[in-house]
Amino acid sequence: MHAEKEIHFRDAAAKALLDPQLRANFRRAMDGLITKRKAQFPDPRDLQDLRDLSTAIRSRSLLCLPELLEQLEASCTKNGIKVHWAETCEQANQLILGILQAKGAKTLVKGKSMVSEEMHLNAFLESKGIEALESDLGEYIIQLDGETPSHIIMPAIHKNKDQIARQFSQKIKDAKYTEDVDELTAMARKVLRQKFLDADAGLSGVNFAVAETGTLCLVENEGNGRMSTHVPPVHIAVMGLEKVVAQLEDVAPLYAILTRSATGQAVSTYFNLITGPRGAGEKDGPQEVHLVILDNGRSRIYADPQLRATLRCIRCGACMNHCPVYTRVGGHAYEAIYPGPIGKILTPQMEGVGVRHDLIHGSSLCGACGEVCPVEIPIPEILVRLRREATHDDMASTVAGKGTGRTATEDWAWRLWAGVTKRPALYRVATWFATRFGKALPASAPLIKNWTQSRTKPVPARRSLSERMRAEGASHE
Amino acid sequence: MNGTKPKKVYFYGTCLVDLFFPDAGMAGIQLLRRAGVEVVFPEGQTCCGQPAFNCGYWEEARDVARTQVALFPQDLPVILPSGSCAGMMKVHYPELFHGQPDEAKVRAFSARVYELTQFLVDVLDVKLQDLGEPVKVTWHSSCHAVRDLGLKGEPQALIGQLANVELAPLAREYECCGFGGTFAVRHPEISGAMVTDKVADATATGASVVLSTDGGCLMNVNGALEAKRSKLKVQHIAEFLWERTRAR
Repeated sequence: MHAEKEIHFRDAAAKALLDPQLRANFRRAMDGLITKRKAQFPDPRDLQDLRDLSTAIRSRSLLCLPELLEQLEASCTKNGIKVHWAETCEQANQLILGILQAKGAKTLVKGKSMVSEEMHLNAFLESKGIEALESDLGEYIIQLDGETPSHIIMPAIHKNKDQIARQFSQKIKDAKYTEDVDELTAMARKVLRQKFLDADAGLSGVNFAVAETGTLCLVENEGNGRMSTHVPPVHIAVMGLEKVVAQLEDVAPLYAILTRSATGQAVSTYFNLITGPRGAGEKDGPQEVHLVILDNGRSRIYADPQLRATLRCIRCGACMNHCPVYTRVGGHAYEAIYPGPIGKILTPQMEGVGVRHDLIHGSSLCGACGEVCPVEIPIPEILVRLRREATHDDMASTVAGKGTGRTATEDWAWRLWAGVTKRPALYRVATWFATRFGKALPASAPLIKNWTQSRTKPVPARRSLSERMRAEGASHE
Repeated sequence: MNGTKPKKVYFYGTCLVDLFFPDAGMAGIQLLRRAGVEVVFPEGQTCCGQPAFNCGYWEEARDVARTQVALFPQDLPVILPSGSCAGMMKVHYPELFHGQPDEAKVRAFSARVYELTQFLVDVLDVKLQDLGEPVKVTWHSSCHAVRDLGLKGEPQALIGQLANVELAPLAREYECCGFGGTFAVRHPEISGAMVTDKVADATATGASVVLSTDGGCLMNVNGALEAKRSKLKVQHIAEFLWERTRAR
């Protein structure tokens, strides 16, 4: 059984690598983010303490996820927030459409939400005659060009200032060309201000949802999150079902490690705690607040004790900032909603390990992602697990598409490798041949050809270490 | 071992050192011998099984790993001139054998595994005397040595003992060189971009030698340097240390 339509990360990555501007933009941005994060954690013990605590909070939250979700629904309902459940993106889109149509809404202004990207909400709403406008500056920039985010928290990081200057002068009405960052920001602000005031509804993501209090926490730097959630008469929040924590006390450590890991900030400029619609006698806030909780494959991931760690993610993006692969190819090459290391383990679990087999192997397993992850998701270990799942269908698991990445060629290659490597006498013969004739292998031979794209052909030594030790008559015992 | 220095150790050559860097293996053995340790080199060594393990072929990896563990029956330290293979045997063997009938035996083996510089510094506390000409070197820290095995600057400490050696810091020292085993041939474009950048950073240090503790990284960086006809050379740290400190 083979996976249908396998998506080849290699092809898209190779294309991205040929764009020097793109590579320079990512390298500069990621180097900056690495430096800023490092400055926030001067003491490795303090960092480890905070990681331990954050990991424990996220693990504990997941341990009682079903109970916490029920509690969240009850608390939100008490606060006047209407809770909706969606198993699929299609259901979530329909739910949101229903809410908007009930209010006769024609325009929706959006704070940043990766879950809404997962749902392809903007395109869906447009097809139903509703305008969805991104108000996060980065999201606004890419929406102008009809692009998708290239990073989960800095969606337009693939563009530099000059590219944005050109884009604004072409796409924003009456805009003059300028490379001044303040002027560019002011241009976007002017457009967005009016949109906030005119919008019939606002939409946001959720960073943490507190089960005990029914509080939706939103971390942001631009104030657009607050405007999207407070100015329009209706606020719709969307979240993946893993985002719940038990109590308000859990939020402080997660918030502290989120902003430091993400942008190297001790705190974000805005931190919103949303507890419901406008109360009686209050002068502002939406009249209605809705919370849409999306599954979209998460409960399947949740069912596996090892893979469940994937759901600890707090979407800081530190794994991609530190990833040597992401830094070079950028986010779009992944052809996925979530790029970088977290995307490399999340996407195959959502879409199937067979169709994403090439992506699962697009890692040198260097471990930089696992090292910086604030909630200690063992990304390299999970990648290896998914490589197993992709090529084996006999594992007791619920992984999507398991075994569909298997090929006869690879099976045969590993069987041959094991057959020789577990038989020392045979291995000795093989290495003898390699040392005597390895030089004669053409640089254009399969696999060697790939190696020699950027390197000379490796040439075995004339006598192996084992051979020399035998000649020396070393103690073998 | 109770804090006393062991008198006898096993040496595991690893497949890459065996085939591509035998001088590094010999040098590692000599460094241990000079520190007063008898070195046992069991016959029948092949590969730790990491390539199959990383690609998800765990049964094949286990078959091979079992034959290797069986070569080291005595309760002696097992020394490897490679951070990556030592990480495989020390950290990943317990995962690979989880739930297997021989798990306890494998765990006991894993507990005895050391990377060479780790053993020279942390267990033997060796003192080196530099007999070589002044030279400038740079250090490439292998990902698995640092992140899997938890090396804490042992190689740099050894280099630091050599009076005539200047250690030039490598920009982005902790970034992967792009080897990654089968990654280098499955994703040659990305791997190639990574090693090309690594070589540029190494060249910018002005050093004449790039040192590392891993055959994979050395083979990768060396291949990229040769392709550019660079004057910069690579060398395994064991060979470098032995060449500079042996009596001639």
